[in-house]
Amino acid sequence: MGTTVTHAPATEGLTKDSEPRHGPVNSPRPAALKRRGRRETLAGYLFMSPWIAGFLLLTAGPMVASLYFAFTDYNLFDAPKWVGLDNFSEMFDDPRWQHSVRVTLWYVVVGTPLKLFAALGVALLLAQSRRGQAFYRAAFYAPSLIGASVSIAIVWKAIFSDDAIVDRTQKLFGVDAGGWTGDPDLIIYSLVALTVWQFGAPMVIFLAGLKQVPRELYEAAEVDGAGKLRRFWNITLPMISPVLFFNVLLETIHSFQIFSSAYIVGGGAGGNACGPADGSMVYTCYLYVQGFENSRMGLASAMAWMLLVAVALVTAVLFWSQKRWVHYEEGA
Amino acid sequence: MSSPGLSTSLDQGAPPPATGITPTRSPKAGSLRRRLPGSLAWHIGSLAILAVILYPVVWVVGGSFKKSEDIIGSLDLFPGDPIVSNYTRLTEGIADISVSTFFLNSLTLAVGSVVGILVSCSLTAYAFAKIKFAGRNLLFTLMIGTLLLPYHVLLIPQYVLFRNMEMINTYTPLLLPKYLATEAFFVFLMMQFMRNLPKELDEAARLDGCGHLRIYWSIVLPLCRPALITSAIFTFINAWNDFMGPLIYLNEPDKYTVSLGLKMFVDQEGLANYGGMIAMSLVALLPVLAFFVTFQRYLIDGMATSGLKG
Repeated sequence: MGTTVTHAPATEGLTKDSEPRHGPVNSPRPAALKRRGRRETLAGYLFMSPWIAGFLLLTAGPMVASLYFAFTDYNLFDAPKWVGLDNFSEMFDDPRWQHSVRVTLWYVVVGTPLKLFAALGVALLLAQSRRGQAFYRAAFYAPSLIGASVSIAIVWKAIFSDDAIVDRTQKLFGVDAGGWTGDPDLIIYSLVALTVWQFGAPMVIFLAGLKQVPRELYEAAEVDGAGKLRRFWNITLPMISPVLFFNVLLETIHSFQIFSSAYIVGGGAGGNACGPADGSMVYTCYLYVQGFENSRMGLASAMAWMLLVAVALVTAVLFWSQKRWVHYEEGA
Repeated sequence: MSSPGLSTSLDQGAPPPATGITPTRSPKAGSLRRRLPGSLAWHIGSLAILAVILYPVVWVVGGSFKKSEDIIGSLDLFPGDPIVSNYTRLTEGIADISVSTFFLNSLTLAVGSVVGILVSCSLTAYAFAKIKFAGRNLLFTLMIGTLLLPYHVLLIPQYVLFRNMEMINTYTPLLLPKYLATEAFFVFLMMQFMRNLPKELDEAARLDGCGHLRIYWSIVLPLCRPALITSAIFTFINAWNDFMGPLIYLNEPDKYTVSLGLKMFVDQEGLANYGGMIAMSLVALLPVLAFFVTFQRYLIDGMATSGLKG
């Protein structure tokens, strides 16, 4: 590969400009400074009090509660009953749960790379400053804002249904597969198409990264006779690897949590189904069905914790892998 | 799940903060090359992508003027004889509730969310960016950790909590989190912005005896306008689009948001009234599209700066 991998200097997010360097040498009145430090701390916590309240009440507390519920049988009406690992063993033995895991993994594994390839490809195209660049950038970004809406999910369901545009187009190529949203195996690809359609958000981030690459590097490489592909592989890719890492991380975590579009394109919960033969029954849809339709709050909490573990594992693997492929500028 | 290493790396992984919304925008670097063939290919490529991107939007506009039975089968984007009955049908309301009720509900939630996010997140961001206090790094790490936390882990216990507080079917469960700065993304966005403000300003103010509240209100907030606008627009759009929250917490149709009203429409009338459904979909999108057209600069710069989805 030939990319030099440098270790990022451990610049803490905040320490750079924090921590006044007070000590005996340049602090003539330590008591006054100490008093000031206390006042600062008080001010800090006062400013942060909404966040701290929110963190305790809506994040940390619920996480602990959720962990507890995961080991109980809880239907909202009776007190939670401790059942040990029953929820987990029931979950792992449930073919519908296994199916939802497969559907979700497939969605993540197919959808995320396609979306990121599209985002990077279009970003490379748009990185050339030409007339209309700003317009295209804005237009390509728009789907990321409306893509999560119920409206677009309804539109999606329509254009991927039998005899609609996608079906007609594939027939032109001799593929007679029918509409995707009515097919248990194909409906997930309509959701993949929906996420790829929203490539604009990672594209904007790629564009910001591409702008940071020093032009001299390309000029030097051109002088050395490096072709386009080589310049991309040896300059562009390493230089934007932090941005790439960031996009991979965020998009992957995000796609594990797909809900609304699967729920609506799949037809919603009426009769506990998500898509034909559970075709779009992604993990969170099943979590919703178990928790809010079947009132199995304990089981649903166990499912939520499994999702958390999966996301944490993916995050950990990505962070572990970044030292092999993510190139940070010295002092960046 | 959050470790100090996580915050460090995320901080570095994010694109350099100075690129997007900075108080002063640098003029676009690079020159317009005018090699015709390359330029032509570029425009053809861009236009082709644009066509794919715009197709669903154009489709929904055209479809809203078609008869229900013509919407799916016909490949024509626009009908030969446009009708407006899909729109007039909307004035009859959905399940005896007028469409304007849904819009008013969504608007209430969206505006309430914007106010909450602006106040709570800017206070938190100020503390992270401008106050040196013990435990700040730990809190920052925790906050970054919540960025990566799947919302679904909190879904059930939060529901149980709000249910025990008898707040189901009120807007409190949907609004309260916004007033408690739980959207770390916006804290992060504002914090990045505040850290890039010239230090001399607040140092001078401190020497003049200004307290933090005064500096926050009179100096930092006015200078942070771009970041505040970006956050406000993202919050509005997210609240407007939100489906899962209202789905779980609201169960009386007269409290429904536009998203839920639309879903109810689909469930009740389905294919029989495809035209009305498509028209309503478009109407539901209009506020978001209007915001986008007006503020796209802020949105895109905001994305580029923090590199996160709202």
